[in-house]
Amino acid sequence: MTHTTSSISHTRIIVAGLGGIALLLAAGIVMPKWLNFLLTLAAANGLVSLGIVLLMRSGVVSFGQGMVFALGGYAAALAYGKLGVSDGLLLTLIGGLAALLFSLPFAYLIARYRGIFFAMLSLSLSMVLYGILVKSEVLGGSDGFNMGRITVAGMRPTDAWSGYTNYALTIAVSGIIAIAAKVYFDSTRGLLALAARDNEIRVEYLGSSVRELIATNYLLAAFVGGMGGALAVMALGHIEPNFSYWTTSGEFVFVAILAGHHSVLAAFVASAVLEIVRSFSSLYFPNTWQLALGLFLLAVIRFLPRGIGSLWEARRKQGAPS
Amino acid sequence: MNLPATEALAISARGIQKRFGAVVAAADIHLDIVHGQKVSLIGSNGAGKTTFVNMLTGFIQPDEGTILLHGENITGLAPRKVARLGVARSFQIPQLYKDLSVLDNMLVAVASQHNNLSFWRPAKNAAAIARAQQLLERFELSQHAQRLVGELPGGVRKLLDIAMALTRQPKVLLLDEPTSGVSGDEKFPMMETVMRALAQEAVTVLFVEHDMDIVERFADRVVAFYSGRIIADDKPAAALAAPDVRRYVTGTLR
Repeated sequence: MTHTTSSISHTRIIVAGLGGIALLLAAGIVMPKWLNFLLTLAAANGLVSLGIVLLMRSGVVSFGQGMVFALGGYAAALAYGKLGVSDGLLLTLIGGLAALLFSLPFAYLIARYRGIFFAMLSLSLSMVLYGILVKSEVLGGSDGFNMGRITVAGMRPTDAWSGYTNYALTIAVSGIIAIAAKVYFDSTRGLLALAARDNEIRVEYLGSSVRELIATNYLLAAFVGGMGGALAVMALGHIEPNFSYWTTSGEFVFVAILAGHHSVLAAFVASAVLEIVRSFSSLYFPNTWQLALGLFLLAVIRFLPRGIGSLWEARRKQGAPS
Repeated sequence: MNLPATEALAISARGIQKRFGAVVAAADIHLDIVHGQKVSLIGSNGAGKTTFVNMLTGFIQPDEGTILLHGENITGLAPRKVARLGVARSFQIPQLYKDLSVLDNMLVAVASQHNNLSFWRPAKNAAAIARAQQLLERFELSQHAQRLVGELPGGVRKLLDIAMALTRQPKVLLLDEPTSGVSGDEKFPMMETVMRALAQEAVTVLFVEHDMDIVERFADRVVAFYSGRIIADDKPAAALAAPDVRRYVTGTLR
């Protein structure tokens, strides 16, 4: 009975997820190139923000996800330039694994902290990395370095399909991660992590380790953030230390707040909203686009305090059988 | 008095000492509790009852002494490790998830009963919901299942707190002032519900209590604390009649 219910629940998530991916891949073919590029960056950045949403669900917020974004980006770009790895999927995994491995020694340390201390410690780690990257001549210093065109399944796309290839890869990877994240959110571990956000004492007295739950989420956030960095670098064709700068981390936090911690999809929707607002604001108000962005966030906090995700999560819960 | 073998004792505290600066919270406490007993811990505020409970659950560590759970040394273990070995507790102020429904609170507790948390198994699976509903029914909470905890009266919250503690089928259950904050009319019915629910479990119960009518009615044994020491340890009628208990705990002897 349990297995049947689990299978139905997971099947529904997987089918809906794969359907969404297929729809976006088909739409990408007819989409204008500027929108293709915008959504590629939105999905790649959305992965990093999804990592913050994971952390938010266990009661902490990282202000240093720029670190894993940069690590993933540099690892993918170096693997491409120095090792000759050109397969997009492989480069994405390299980016994710590099960020995961780098974060591993810090996970249990940082999981001891809460609130502003967690945020500042994560921020300081990203700024240390920024300092190292800026001073590293071998990595191009403050200018960074370029990366060429990727291949997929051994084939190098033509100029006309290059943008779509990056788009398709990013959408496919983000979609699969989103499906996995949704399964995780609904799992016993996901529920306990969410419970730790509200009441750590109870979770500990029920026999689970809050520190272990947070450390696990920190590592998962590093992995998906690293993949996001790798995908962004492949789309941009360039990497620089600013990936790890605090303003970049701030944008990921901005998106996570916009999304709220109730929905996986919301992280990507919020990321797309940010990219759209940024693009149009910088087009029409080139000197005051940050102001437009700030006003937009204020409006979301005022009218959707639980984030964009609360729009459909609340409706879904109302409709769910008790 | 012949004591049973160490393994037959649910709890065996030997030479427990704890100081907070100049304050003695536990002074050489020796206490053996036989499996299945319902023991009430009584004493005025600051007598050392809650400190003793906190040491049993690993929330604070004794300065000296040993605590055995069915013969296994649990001294110095973290609360989650003590919980995994079979000690559960409820709290004076119920530790619940106020933004979640009663059923969802129970599902959190049911999800945590497996030591290896799964990334895959849905928390809201049929077996988990059935187990949560079974416990809610046993504690007469079924009619509140869909209500948010933030909307519940104090007595219902207390019952939910205890029901959540019971999901792991503990060997020892510690109830910290289960009737505090509950109206006089509700206290007895609430404790009746708790004891009826616990009757189906092979569990040893320790409850900290200030209401002596409740103690006399529901405890098999009473342990009275004063200034970090045990001043009486007997059946309820005898313990409550002891001069030191009347002088320092119930205040009926001046």
